[in-house]
Amino acid sequence: MELKNILESVLFSAQEPLSVKDLREVLKTAAEQSPEAAEFKKASPELVTSALEALAQEHGVSGRSYRIVSVAERWQFVTQPEYAPWVKALVGERARPTRLSQPALETLAIIAYRQPITRAEVEQVRGVAIDGVLQTLLERGLVEQVGVAEVIGRPKTYGTTATFLEYFGLRALEDLPAADELRRIPVAKPEALLTVDPGLATAPPEQLQPAPAEAAPQAPAEAQPNP
Amino acid sequence: MSDYKVKFEVFEGPLDLLLYLIKKQEVDIYEVNLTQLASQFIEYIEVMRMLDLDIAGEFLVMASTLMYIKSRELLPVDQQVQVEGEEDEDDPRWELIRQLVEYKKFKDAAAQLQQLESRQEHVYRREAPKPVFEAELQKPDVSIFDLINAVNTILKRVTDREGEAREIYEDKWSVSEKIEMLAKLIGSKPRLKFSELFEGATSRTEVVVTFLAMLELIRMRQIVCVQSDHFAEIEITKAEPQTPTVPTEIPEQAIFEDETAKPVPSESGPTPAN
Repeated sequence: MELKNILESVLFSAQEPLSVKDLREVLKTAAEQSPEAAEFKKASPELVTSALEALAQEHGVSGRSYRIVSVAERWQFVTQPEYAPWVKALVGERARPTRLSQPALETLAIIAYRQPITRAEVEQVRGVAIDGVLQTLLERGLVEQVGVAEVIGRPKTYGTTATFLEYFGLRALEDLPAADELRRIPVAKPEALLTVDPGLATAPPEQLQPAPAEAAPQAPAEAQPNP
Repeated sequence: MSDYKVKFEVFEGPLDLLLYLIKKQEVDIYEVNLTQLASQFIEYIEVMRMLDLDIAGEFLVMASTLMYIKSRELLPVDQQVQVEGEEDEDDPRWELIRQLVEYKKFKDAAAQLQQLESRQEHVYRREAPKPVFEAELQKPDVSIFDLINAVNTILKRVTDREGEAREIYEDKWSVSEKIEMLAKLIGSKPRLKFSELFEGATSRTEVVVTFLAMLELIRMRQIVCVQSDHFAEIEITKAEPQTPTVPTEIPEQAIFEDETAKPVPSESGPTPAN
């Protein structure tokens, strides 16, 4: 008997999403109750996780109308979104809060990628005040205070919640789109900044030749064709 | 300037407006002409003022930053003031571009979150219903002897009690009254323990009357006796409404169902295994 198939049967019968911890509990109880289930009594979290991932992979390639996913690290069966019209006809419309506004999404994105983050830092990225938006996100339980920054004034720092992961169907923060790129790395400065309006910065001829790194931005006018 | 009025858009903030203007220039953020951008930005602010729109403070701060950048660039390179202690990183042009690039990335990320949001609206989670193990409880048959045995135990208990008190009770109950009472009881509770039926009984007579009432209800197919396991306590439940009307001739397809609706052998005499 394969562990992944055992886990599949358990998830299929589950009344709510199950964490790896929950699943290991089931394996343990099963082993205590029936001798034929003894094999997986002490399956490690890593073993269970990799079996679940193999299972999810299998479901993914089989092209079924449902799959196994982990949302906020809790595993569950879900239907594929393209079958929603029929599922909805059966079970009815789900109660779901109104969609987030553009400012709310932007603010949420910044908090999600850069957490823990203070309000001032978010405002710096967005270039506008976020009081109202932050309040909405807090009320909806998508973000929460996670601590205080050890700087003057000890401002609150914010981070995302499990509700956030559930709302967007994410397994973990690592699953955010382009997570590695947007988390914390500064924007790299390019070699040359061609910002000069041609004809305005009239560089003397002798400055055309020596082009050390510092002088590079002040490139001659013909280097930048201007519309 | 007239075309601005037509396609005036609402911007989240100065960065949003700058990104829009850069998009209109159709160039990469790193290659944008900042002096041109500064002029366009200020034009926008002026339009906003003309339209009597509230201009948020952030827009004015940005406008002044842009003016500063523009004014610096007006001077030839060798005459540009090298601000004391200004590192390359503090270059206001670079600072603005860095901010724009960063903001653009989060704007794109927000768009992706929005896609996830609407996708998630169409995802349904499977929640298995909690299985009901009703059928298991109705396994073994309860024969008339099981019932008699059970009532005998209760009678003994009542007799023991009577032995101590030795009081004489008036017979308060008739069988028909007890039938009514039991029918009401079983209506309010889906499953009754056999002993619960006799809980209030104070005399042997009352136990017997209750027992007779129960047998009558079984015969009338109002209730069914079940036992979850051998030697488990007998339980009384309401009978399924579709019980066959002819007890002697059980139709063929009812044979499978009669595990649950089997009429307890009535007074005509059962044929038990022994």
